[in-house]
Amino acid sequence: MGLDVRLPVGVMFAIMGALLVGYGLLGDQAIYARSLGINVNLTWGGVLLATGLIFLALAARGRSENH
Amino acid sequence: MSLSWLDWLLMLVYFGFVLGVGVALRKRTTTSAAFFQAGRAIPAWVCGLAFISANLGAQEIIGMAASGAKYGISTSHFYWVGAIPAMVFLGVFMMPFYYGSRARSVPEYLRLRYDEKTRGFNAISFALMTVFSSGISMYAMAKLLQILHIFDAPFSALGLGPQYIFHVCVVSSAIVVLVYVLLGGLSSAIYNEVLQFFLIVAGFVPLVYLGLRDAGGWSGIGASVPSALTHAWRGFGSASTSPMGVDALGVAMGLGFVLSFGYWCTDFLVVQRAMAADSMTAARRTPLIAAFPKMLFPFLVVMPGLIALSVHGGVIPVKLHEGTGAMVLDALGKPQLDYDLTVPTLLLRYFPTGMLGLGLTALLASFMSGMAGNVTAFNTVWTYDIYQAYLRPQASDGHYLWIGRMATVFGIAASVLTAYVAAQFNNIMDVLQLVFAFVNAPLLATFLLGMFWKRATGHGAFSGLVAGTAAAALHHGLTIPAGAVAGVKGGWLAMLSTYPSEMAQNFWTAIDAFTVCLIVTAAVSVVTKPRPDAELAGLVYSLTGRPRDVELAWYQRPAILGVIVLAATGLLNLVFF
Repeated sequence: MGLDVRLPVGVMFAIMGALLVGYGLLGDQAIYARSLGINVNLTWGGVLLATGLIFLALAARGRSENH
Repeated sequence: MSLSWLDWLLMLVYFGFVLGVGVALRKRTTTSAAFFQAGRAIPAWVCGLAFISANLGAQEIIGMAASGAKYGISTSHFYWVGAIPAMVFLGVFMMPFYYGSRARSVPEYLRLRYDEKTRGFNAISFALMTVFSSGISMYAMAKLLQILHIFDAPFSALGLGPQYIFHVCVVSSAIVVLVYVLLGGLSSAIYNEVLQFFLIVAGFVPLVYLGLRDAGGWSGIGASVPSALTHAWRGFGSASTSPMGVDALGVAMGLGFVLSFGYWCTDFLVVQRAMAADSMTAARRTPLIAAFPKMLFPFLVVMPGLIALSVHGGVIPVKLHEGTGAMVLDALGKPQLDYDLTVPTLLLRYFPTGMLGLGLTALLASFMSGMAGNVTAFNTVWTYDIYQAYLRPQASDGHYLWIGRMATVFGIAASVLTAYVAAQFNNIMDVLQLVFAFVNAPLLATFLLGMFWKRATGHGAFSGLVAGTAAAALHHGLTIPAGAVAGVKGGWLAMLSTYPSEMAQNFWTAIDAFTVCLIVTAAVSVVTKPRPDAELAGLVYSLTGRPRDVELAWYQRPAILGVIVLAATGLLNLVFF
């Protein structure tokens, strides 16, 4: 089959997570009134970033096992 | 609320990745087997997630939250009763015949087992149905994005009226799906479905978390909505007290057996994902792996309906008349709620810039996964079961690959057309259940008899299917849900009886069609000539060797996985009883 789908999933989540974390740190904090005072960009962005990195680690491990 | 650059950027990242997957697979997609069957080389967990994702279209996300607000947690019956048992049955008992017969599609299995006319009947009705559902889903999505008014600002900056939002949504999503399916075929659709699956989860988990927190948790919801809505089985003792207008027997037979087995076990849209697996055990594990997340999905897709009903005295907007903008009133003169807006309303309420982009991307992802599922099923059935079967049987492989790509273009164009035609119903789920009831309900009897009764014949199957579909139409034409006007909702022949709800009518239409098909198929089979046993090896249960699972680890064995997921589902029913 060839393509390891963990790779695109990992990269996409890492990029989206990093964007959200960056905005959560640097952007206007007043917008979080609607999310019940939680900086949801920072927290959930962090979760997505971590998930993305885990997928990338799994993909890297899969690749080294194949070679 | 309008979108910021970050929201747009997140959507762009998503588009970039789905198209990128298509481009990456382009070079590998050089044969018809690679294009239509993904080379039968996909690992089980990928197929499993694609299996659930292809089914998780936008109409599912929007419709389930709408039903959650209308009927409460009993909407989970669509998952716990209406999906899990059928998925287990497919994996444990039916996949060996689909995968082992080396049929390339579900209609092709029917030709191997029965005959050409049975395959033709199924292929043509299925092809129409996929185009129809993909068009409805496209319509719903575009309409929704237009009503939300989040795209109004950029469109008016370009000097375009709000009606252009609808056109641009339909055309741009159609083009993205077209490009990635055209490039990579089924593999591209499957890999993207995995991507879309994770995105949908990523967008909906924080939404439900914030909503539940705002509502004061599950107990807060319980305190603010009628208790029937937070108990899955309350009132199901009789049709008159049940929130869905169906008693427990109707739910078990109509939804739990006929509709759900008819859909999950025979619909090529989902079965195609399992048929792309890299081995027999992987194919059998596909629906079982899918069943685990499926079991938990009510918390993501039904819960928003209850949250929207419960927080701040209810936040679901009132339905407005499309032309005049006036409130739509029900028979009692009270304003009707626009339940289909439940999910987007919550997205706009709780998600700030950034997360809003992610949430909208999740909605788009669900929409595209459903559409690509329909399109890949359509192009395969069209090419193998209609074009190759009846129009040009002996062409080169390259020719069929080209025809498949053309069918992709045609299928998407036809869906776009359907999107513009479809505008009748308000609850999308009910429409789809109705279509499945006409076409799929009799089909289940055909497959069950075909796989488990070697005496069933092609003439029997075909006459059973025709009679079953006719019975469904007849039943629908003679009955009507309470409060509806005769026409598309039923009663177009005469009004013999009235059901308490549209859902009750759909369930009983399906039960009726299944029963008629079962009886007619069996009766005609008995008086027609059966095929010799030797021709049916690998196609019928009693003439096929059992798949050997003993050498697999316990967690890879389909039967054990099936028992675990059924037990967990039973537990969920008890918890929310």
